[in-house]
Amino acid sequence: MTDTAEKAALGRPTSDPPAASAPRRRWTWRSLTPWLFLIAPLALLITFTYVPMVNMVAYSFTDWDGVSPELHYTGAGNYTELFTRPELFEVFFVSGYYLAASAVQIVAALYFATVLSFNVRFRSLFKGVLFFPYLINGVAIAFVFLYFFQDGGTLDSILALVGYHSDRAWLGTPVSANVSLAGVSVWRYLGLNFVLFLGAIQSIPGELYEAAELDGANRWHQFRHIIAPGIKPVLTLTVILSVSGSLSAFEIPYIMTGGATGTETFVIQTVKLAFQFNKTGLASAAAVVLLLIILAVTWLQRRLVPDDRVDLV
Amino acid sequence: MSKPDQAGTARRAVLRALVYLSLILATVVVLLPLGVVVLTSLKTEKEMADDSGALTFPDDPLNFHNYVTAFQDGRMLSAFGNTAIILVFAIAGTVLIGSMTAYAIDRFTFRFRKLVVALFLLAALVPGVTTQVATFQIVNGFGMFDTLWAPIALYMGTDIVSIYIFLQFVRSIPISLDEAARLDGANSFTIYRKVIFPLLKPAVATVVIVKGITVYNDFYIPFLYLPSQDLGVISTSLFRFKGPFGAQWQTISAGAVLVILPTLIVFLALQKYIYNGFMRGATR
Repeated sequence: MTDTAEKAALGRPTSDPPAASAPRRRWTWRSLTPWLFLIAPLALLITFTYVPMVNMVAYSFTDWDGVSPELHYTGAGNYTELFTRPELFEVFFVSGYYLAASAVQIVAALYFATVLSFNVRFRSLFKGVLFFPYLINGVAIAFVFLYFFQDGGTLDSILALVGYHSDRAWLGTPVSANVSLAGVSVWRYLGLNFVLFLGAIQSIPGELYEAAELDGANRWHQFRHIIAPGIKPVLTLTVILSVSGSLSAFEIPYIMTGGATGTETFVIQTVKLAFQFNKTGLASAAAVVLLLIILAVTWLQRRLVPDDRVDLV
Repeated sequence: MSKPDQAGTARRAVLRALVYLSLILATVVVLLPLGVVVLTSLKTEKEMADDSGALTFPDDPLNFHNYVTAFQDGRMLSAFGNTAIILVFAIAGTVLIGSMTAYAIDRFTFRFRKLVVALFLLAALVPGVTTQVATFQIVNGFGMFDTLWAPIALYMGTDIVSIYIFLQFVRSIPISLDEAARLDGANSFTIYRKVIFPLLKPAVATVVIVKGITVYNDFYIPFLYLPSQDLGVISTSLFRFKGPFGAQWQTISAGAVLVILPTLIVFLALQKYIYNGFMRGATR
C-alpha cells in the first residue's frame, strides 16, 4: 500500500502531459486523493462488517447449516421459531439480570465519581483500584469468580468468618447463578463507567462550584445543579453502552457456566446454534433480532436525549 | 450560635467517615477476590486438599511450583508468543488505517464524505458479536480460519474508537502546516507521512495502549477462529485450563495470576495514559 501509493504519487507529475489538458487532469487527480487514503479502511469495513450484515439477513431466511452447498429458502420460518420455541426466546429474560445490574453499576459509578471529584485523601489510589478490574482479562476474571463462588471458596470463607455457614450453591440455581454472574459483570465494568463520569465531572469549570459555594450550596445542591447537567452526555453514552453490553453478554457466562443452569444469553445461544448445532440460518435470525433490538434501543435513546455530540463531520 | 455549628461539624464528620468507609469497602470488594486467588496460587495440592478455607495463607509464600506447572503445561509461552504476533500486526494496521481515515475525513472535502462517515458511525453501533455468524463465513472463505490472520484482519477492520482518537488529534493540527508543505511542492501523501503522522505521536501512543489492552483481553475472536492447540492465545490458553486442571484450583489460580500480572505492570506504569485513552475512546 505504502509503496504503491508513493510510486503513484511520485510518478504522477513527470507523466503529466503539458498544455490545455493539464488543469482538468490535475483536478481529477486531486479529487481521487482522499479515496486513496480510504481504500484499505473502507475495504476492511465493508468486508468484515457490511457484507456479513447483508449475508446474515439473507441467511436468516434459509435453513443453511453453514457447511453444505445446499440451502433452501424458508421465508420467516426461523423468526417464527425464535418467538415460539420457549428454549429459544427465554434468553431474553436472562438479559434482564444484566440490565438490572447495569442500573446498579451506573448508580454506583456515579456515586464514586462524585465522591472522588471532591477533595478526598488517597484519591489516586482509590481511582486506580476501582478502574483496574476493567483492564483484567475476562477469562482470568471468570476463573477468579469461579473460585469465589465455589463450595468452600472465597465467598463461603468470608461468610464463615462472620459466623454464617452457607451450604448454598451460588451457581447452582437459575436465579442465584444469574444474579452471581451479573454481579461479576458489575465488578468488571464499573471501573469504565466510573472513569467516564469522573472525567466528565472534572471537566466542569471550577468557577461554577465557587459561585455555588458563595450562594451557600451544599454537596447535594452542587451535584443536582452543576454535576448532573454536566455529565448528561456521558450518562447517555453510558446507558447505551450498558444496554448494548447487557444484550451482548457472552464472555463471563460462557466461561463460568457455559450457559448452563438457565444462564444462557442471546450471544451464547447464537454461537451454539451456528457453530455447535450447524444451524446457521436460525443463528443468523437470532443475530438479526439482537442487532435490531440494539439499534432500536440506541435510536430511542438518542431520540429521548438529543445529543449534538456526533461531530465527526 | 456555637451549638448549630457543632451539630453541622459533627454531621459533616459523620458524612466524611461514611464516604471513606464506602471507598474502603469498594477497595475490599475489588481486591479481596484477586488476593485470595494469589494466595491459592501459592498453595500445594496437599494444602488445597486440607480444605481449610480459601482465606488461609500458604505454608510457603515463595512456592512458585504452580506457576511453573501453569506456564509449561498450560502452553503459556506459545500463548504469549501468538498474542504478541497478533498485537504487533493488529496495532500497526490499526494505527495506519485509523490515521489515514482520520486524515482523509478531516483534511479533504469530497463527494460522499458524509456517507463514509455514516458508514463508520453505523458500524460502531453494531456489536461484533451479533454479526459473527456471517463474518465467520467470510473469514472461512478467505482461507483465514484457524490462522493468526483471522484475528489480525478482524482487529484491524472497523475500529471506530481508534479512528475517533486520531480524528481528535488531526483536528488539533493547524491546517496552515499542510498549506505550507503544499507550497513547498509536497503532495498529499507526503504531507500525511512527513507532517501529520509525526505529530500524531500522542494519538498513536493512546491507540497502542487502548488497542493493546483490548486485544490482549479478547476471548471471543480467538475462541471462534483459532481452535488449534498451537494457536492458543492468552485468553484461549487460560480457558483450556478448565479441562485438564479442572479441580486443581491452585494451578488455575496461578494461570490467572500469570495473565493478570502483565496488565497490572502496564497499568502501574502508564496509569495516566490509560485513563485518558479509555475516556477518549469511549466518549464518541
